Amino acid sequence: MMPIWLALAKVLLAFVVGLGVVVLLVWFERKIVSDLQNRIGPNRAGPFGILQTVADGLKLFFKEQITPSRVERFVFELAPFLAVVPALMLFLVVPIARPIEITLDGAPYLLSFAALDINVGLLFALAMSSIAVYAIVLAGWSSGSKYPLIGGVRGSAQAISYEAAMGLSMVAVVMWVTTLPGVTDMGAMSVNEIVLRQQGTFFPDLLALSWIPQWNLIPQFPAFVIFMIAIFAETNRAPFDLVEAEQEIVAGFNTEYSGMRFAMFFLAEYLNMFTMSALAVSLFLGGWGGPFLDTIDGWAATALSFGYFLFKTGLVLFLFVWVRATLPRFRYDQLMQLGWKRLIPTALLWLILTTLVVSFREFGAPWA
Amino acid sequence: MSELVIFVVAGAGALAGALTLILAKHPVYSALGMLGTLFSLAVLYVSQLAHFVAAVQVVVYAGAIMTLFLFVIMLIGVDQVEDTSETIRGQRVGAIGVVAAFAILSGYLWLSGIFSWEVVGTGTEPVNGSIEATGQLLFAEWVLPFEVTSLLLIVASVGAVGLALFKPRKAEDE
Repeated sequence: MMPIWLALAKVLLAFVVGLGVVVLLVWFERKIVSDLQNRIGPNRAGPFGILQTVADGLKLFFKEQITPSRVERFVFELAPFLAVVPALMLFLVVPIARPIEITLDGAPYLLSFAALDINVGLLFALAMSSIAVYAIVLAGWSSGSKYPLIGGVRGSAQAISYEAAMGLSMVAVVMWVTTLPGVTDMGAMSVNEIVLRQQGTFFPDLLALSWIPQWNLIPQFPAFVIFMIAIFAETNRAPFDLVEAEQEIVAGFNTEYSGMRFAMFFLAEYLNMFTMSALAVSLFLGGWGGPFLDTIDGWAATALSFGYFLFKTGLVLFLFVWVRATLPRFRYDQLMQLGWKRLIPTALLWLILTTLVVSFREFGAPWA
Repeated sequence: MSELVIFVVAGAGALAGALTLILAKHPVYSALGMLGTLFSLAVLYVSQLAHFVAAVQVVVYAGAIMTLFLFVIMLIGVDQVEDTSETIRGQRVGAIGVVAAFAILSGYLWLSGIFSWEVVGTGTEPVNGSIEATGQLLFAEWVLPFEVTSLLLIVASVGAVGLALFKPRKAEDE
């Protein structure tokens, strides 16, 4: 049983990492986008403009929070919190570094770096990502104005459409890691366990190929593609940013928000980006795994694995930014077509294929 | 002790949500009340160690179904007058007949004693609510009731569509 101070410390660590990364991420995105657009980008506050986000945050903190007269006040004030809380909660199930053996109360204890290492971790992540849409829907409705309402309705339809594909791609991954050769115990729905089962290599006997890590990315590549498209839609990032399409509906669901309340929506969007990228890294890219982890031990290995985790998540985040700077926004019917007619059938087909492979592996060929 | 505290808090939350659901003037607040009830129930499931059921409760009900409800409420708008006209001739009599048949059937089953209530987990052994245990029970022992329930849900949704959309040929011609 984990002592309560340790649980609190883990949650605190997760929040600090999450919020710290968000501050850097906003700067990272602005810098990358400006590079891609041949501009300079923020370069005044701090070295390379790295403190620009802090300055903007402070500015928003001191700005007046305007409450329009036609809002439904209770829901209007509740919505920004509903945006931030699921984003932070989702991050709790992601292991950010390699577990380390410590001594706790005189007994050896395996300290895992997922704040919430639960059996149903993946379902918890799915639940949090699915309730994140309430913030957008309720913010849009409670603003009492046309454009936010349109954004909110778009958000709910979009979330429902892409969640199915995201869940199906996760199911394929869970089935794959549950029946890996050499695995005898059952289920792997804890994100921590999924990461652990991706350590090592596909070819332990062939020295020439033993550098290929045992990541789900390789056998589950179609699931990875589906998952990535789905998380772009779930986080409402370009090219799926129809909920706040500037050219059509002003700023969508957050049009009437200002000051700190707007900042919370902004924070939630970037937190979602980060947590979803971290989830993608954990499911497909081996989480905190990387080379030379086995040659060192103790806290150095933990720090190195945390570095690998941040590096991989950074790569996925770069993909987010790259896509944003490259692709135009989908039209609404295109969004629905892609979700229902392409992504979900593809995910189902891949799930069936995975099931076949997994059952061969588990029970042998039916003719044998 | 801590279980009692959780029960009281979550139970009060569930009750407050349910009351909001039926008393709120605005349908969106009703939906929010229902959401509160669903979350409180999920907390109660967690306190019963049924983590899987709790997670599914949030994913399916709070995440998918309530989002759909909110979507419909917002898309249709809330100023619409509810259409309570009955489209199928004799639907009231039919409904009473079906309810009576159901009552007779369930009364017969109850009296004949074919089925008995099974209460699990009152002993010292805690109920295992993990994914593995739930999956084993669902797909091995209870697979037929599970599939029949899904059939029942499809029948119910077809029936709901029929009640709302079915128009007698005569009414269409007018």
